[in-house]
Amino acid sequence: MTTVSEPDALSWYEATARQRVAAFLDAGSFEEFVGPSERAMSPHLTLFDLPRAFDDGIVVGRGRLDGRPVSIAAQEGRFMGGAFGEVHGAKLVGLLRAALDAKPAAVLILFDTGGVRLQEANAGETAIAETMRAIVDVRGAGVPVIGLIGGRAGAFGGGGLIAATCSRLAVSEGGRISVSGPEVIETNKGAEEFDSRDRALVWRTMGGKHRRLIGGADAYAEDTVSAFRRAALALIDAAPPFDLATLEAEQERLERRVARFGDCRDATEIWARLGVNDPDAVPAMTTDTFDETVARIPEASHDAR
Amino acid sequence: MPDKQTLQAILASLFPDGHAVSVADGLVTGHGPLGETRATVIGIDDDTPLGVEGALALAGHVLDAIRTGDGTPILVLVDSDSQRMSRRDELLGLHECLAHLAKTLLLADRSGHPTLGLIYGHSAAGAFIATALATRVLVAVPGANPSVMDLPSVARVTKLPLETLQEMARTTPVFAPGLDNMVATGAVHAVLDPDMPLAGQVRDLLARLPKGDERDRLGRERGGRPVADGIAGRVVEQARGAGAR
Repeated sequence: MTTVSEPDALSWYEATARQRVAAFLDAGSFEEFVGPSERAMSPHLTLFDLPRAFDDGIVVGRGRLDGRPVSIAAQEGRFMGGAFGEVHGAKLVGLLRAALDAKPAAVLILFDTGGVRLQEANAGETAIAETMRAIVDVRGAGVPVIGLIGGRAGAFGGGGLIAATCSRLAVSEGGRISVSGPEVIETNKGAEEFDSRDRALVWRTMGGKHRRLIGGADAYAEDTVSAFRRAALALIDAAPPFDLATLEAEQERLERRVARFGDCRDATEIWARLGVNDPDAVPAMTTDTFDETVARIPEASHDAR
Repeated sequence: MPDKQTLQAILASLFPDGHAVSVADGLVTGHGPLGETRATVIGIDDDTPLGVEGALALAGHVLDAIRTGDGTPILVLVDSDSQRMSRRDELLGLHECLAHLAKTLLLADRSGHPTLGLIYGHSAAGAFIATALATRVLVAVPGANPSVMDLPSVARVTKLPLETLQEMARTTPVFAPGLDNMVATGAVHAVLDPDMPLAGQVRDLLARLPKGDERDRLGRERGGRPVADGIAGRVVEQARGAGAR
C-alpha cells in the first residue's frame, strides 16, 4: 500500500479509500473490521463474470481523530463505482450498529458511490434502507454522523439519500450529490432535459458549491485530505440532534426553498436570488472568496438536517 | 402475476366502516379507524413519480401525526413510480426531500408511532427508499411489483443481453425486479392474504412489530441475501473485541 504522510498535499478526489482513511485519521490509529485478509467478497459478481474485491469496495473500522475515538467508513469509487452491493452495504450497516454500543465521538462516512450496484440491486437497495435506519438510531443516541463528499463517484442514487440523513456534510467542489444522476435523467428523459456531457451544467446543478450555497452541505472543503479533516473536526462539535424540532425546521427549510426557487431553470438564478452579486463568477471562485460569499447567505448555514 | 389491486379496494378492506383518505395529484393522505385507534394514512397512488413537492407534502403529514403525541399507527400505502427524474428536482435537492420524508417516518417510529408500509402496486429506487422501506414493517399484497430498476435498464448498464438477464432472473433473486425477490432479500416482511380483510391482518402485524431491523436476518433465512446478516454481525463483533485503542 502507498504510504501517505502529507495530508496537505494529498488530493481527496485522486486518493483511494484506504489512502483517505490513513491520512485523515491520527497517524497509525486505524484499525479495520472485516479487512481484506478476510476475503469478504461479493457472492454475486461472479455470475456476471465481473472481478471481485477483497473489501467489496468499502473500508470500515475505527481510529482516532485529534485524539478522539471515531468510527469510519470509506467507499472506494474505483471499484464498481463505489456502489452498494450486499457485502458493501452490510459492512456499513454493521459499523453503524456497533457505534450504538461503542458511542464514538462521531461516525464518519467518506462517500464515493454511484448508488445501488445493479448486479445486486435488491440487496443494495435494502442495505441503503438499513443504513438510513441505523444512522437515525446512532444520531438518536447522541452520536453525530458526518458525511464527507469529494470522491470521483460523488454521492448518487441511494447514496444521496444516505448523505442527507447524516447530521452534517462537508463537500468539495468536485463532490456531487443527487438522486438521479445526469446519465440516468438523460437516459429516461432525453438530452434536452439533461445533457450529461455538459460538465459545467452537472457541477452547477449537483456540485459542491451549489449544495453549499443552498444549505445542502454544511461545510465547503478544498480538495485535500487535511481540509476535509479540519472540516470534519469543526462539524462534529456542531451537529444537530435527531428530534422533532430538527425535522420541523428541515420541513420549513425545504418548503421555503421550493417556494422561493421552484421556478428557477438554472442554479445561477438561484444564486442570484440568494444574494450572490455575480453568480456567473461562482464556479471559478477560490475557496476563500467562496467562503466569504457563503458567509453572507443565511440559507447556507442551519441546524435543520 | 395477479392483477394490481386498486387503492379503493385496499382502503375498503383496511377500513370497512369508512375512512377519510383522499388522493390528490397521486398523493394519498388522511386517516381511518383501526380497531380502537385512528391510523394516519399517507401514500402514493397510480404509479406516480415522487418529486420535491410530493415528498414534502407527505413528510408534513407525518410530522403532524408525531406532533399529536398519541402514538397512533402510520400506514404508508404505495403504488409509485421511481423518484421524479428532472433537472429541476435535482437542482432543488430532491435527495434532501426524499431523505427528509424517510427521516420523518423513522422519527415517528422512534417516537412510539408504529409504522407499516403496504405496497400494492409498483415502486422503485428513491421513491421506494423514502416511503415503504422507511417503515418498521413492510408488507405487500399479491399483484405488487417493487423493483430497483427494470431489466431493460439493467441490461443497458451491465451490457448484458436482455435474454441472458431474463434467464438469470429466474434463479437469482438478488438483482431481478419483482415482489418475490424483494421478499427473499427481507425487504418485504410478508405477503398478506388478499381473500381475508386487510384490517385484521394489519392489526395483527401492528400488535407484534419486530423490535429491531430484522431485514438482514430474514434475507439470510430466505436465501435472497445470503451473507449480509453474517457480515454485519462480524463487524459488530470485531468492533466489540479487544484492541480498542
